[in-house]
Amino acid sequence: MDHAEADVATREPTDTADGHGHVDVEAVTLSAELVEAASVASHDVAEYALWLGDDSLVLAQNLGWWISRAPELEEDIALGNIALDLIGHARSLLHYAGAESGRTEDDLAYWRDEPNWRSAHLFEQPNGDFAHTIARQFIAAHYLFELYSALMESTDATLAAIAAKAVKEVDYHRDHSIQWVLRLAQGTEESRRRMITGLSDLWPFVEELFVDEPLIDRLEGVAVRPSSLQAAVEAAMLPVLAEAELEVPRGFISSGGGRRGDHSENLGPLLAELQVLARAHPGAKW
Amino acid sequence: MVTVASIARPRPSDAASQQAWDIAAEVCDPEVPVLTIEDLGVLRSVAVTKDGTHVILTPTYSGCPAMEAMRDDVTSVLTGAGYENVTVELVLAPAWTTDWMSEEGKAKLVSYGIAAPTGHSGVRPTGTVRLQLAVKCPRCSSLNTRELARFGSTSCKALYECRDCLEPFDYFKVL
Repeated sequence: MDHAEADVATREPTDTADGHGHVDVEAVTLSAELVEAASVASHDVAEYALWLGDDSLVLAQNLGWWISRAPELEEDIALGNIALDLIGHARSLLHYAGAESGRTEDDLAYWRDEPNWRSAHLFEQPNGDFAHTIARQFIAAHYLFELYSALMESTDATLAAIAAKAVKEVDYHRDHSIQWVLRLAQGTEESRRRMITGLSDLWPFVEELFVDEPLIDRLEGVAVRPSSLQAAVEAAMLPVLAEAELEVPRGFISSGGGRRGDHSENLGPLLAELQVLARAHPGAKW
Repeated sequence: MVTVASIARPRPSDAASQQAWDIAAEVCDPEVPVLTIEDLGVLRSVAVTKDGTHVILTPTYSGCPAMEAMRDDVTSVLTGAGYENVTVELVLAPAWTTDWMSEEGKAKLVSYGIAAPTGHSGVRPTGTVRLQLAVKCPRCSSLNTRELARFGSTSCKALYECRDCLEPFDYFKVL
């Protein structure tokens, strides 16, 4: 190579035979000092990247709904910007995940059916009212912050680079959710009632985030072991709940299964909206 | 010695690449048109070889839509200057930080009405410490300001209000 860069997971845009059209994708490349890993993700690493990419894309799709519908203009913009960051993370992760099987990020986003998605149930929970969305953000941002903090140390250079970029953005998402949890919990009687309901409706989906699937055993040093994050995530969330005088919800725990393709009833309609345009007009460009 | 300036603006050492760098460095951020991509620290590398000209940019935020425009602008300004086979690549590592923004860039931001990043990005994210240095109003220089919204008109900005001159203003967040 002429320049001091190693190209990781780059693919020339191609017109695929089944008419999906070609998709322009930025390469996720690494500067020379970081290049040690294989240039294309192995099958297991690709699967792991898919898990993380799907979480972010599904959450971003949910959040986008709020644009023009949030309680105030600033929140339209905040949730839109958070969604945009998450789409950025999803693009990098899905680009990396797809390279192994010759698929683009758009192939993965628009042409996979529900059983092939790997998002955890938390991210596909409906927006509900604003407090539900904030409760989901609160859990998601705390989880993602600890995940990416740890993933920065991954032996896979591409995953480490994506994590190092994402962690700084997710830190802002976390702060945003904390401010709202406090504000809603300490606001009016009605806002407090809604925050309590939102938190107890979303809490059953916390557990799934920390389940170690067999894939993780095969990716020692590459993937972050989900169970290893639980203590740090809880240690960050609990003081906020205490300050907001909210109790940690107890009771029903979701059986999860998103990593294996078993999803809640919410993912189907979400994907229908996400995918309808690309499927109605294969190969369309604008 | 590795200084912040040399990391932020890694201008190439060979003459041919330097010339191309200086042309690419004129491209402005479409959202903040007073800042060049060199001021921002987004321009990471320019290499002129017999095969063509290869430029590397790094995104400010992962989902920043302005990157597409910057990439197109770099391609067209270099092609217009006679460079052939111009390729522009986006890289994620090392991750961009507002620490790479030049002092001139910060001054240009303030005169444009946007408060420049205050303080430095941590080596690691700050964790649960939610402290923010006072942000100076770009109009009246008062430090008596408050944050209205953490997420402003673009990913990289927050919305502030000055409690003295009462004007709202954008603040370029530390990242």
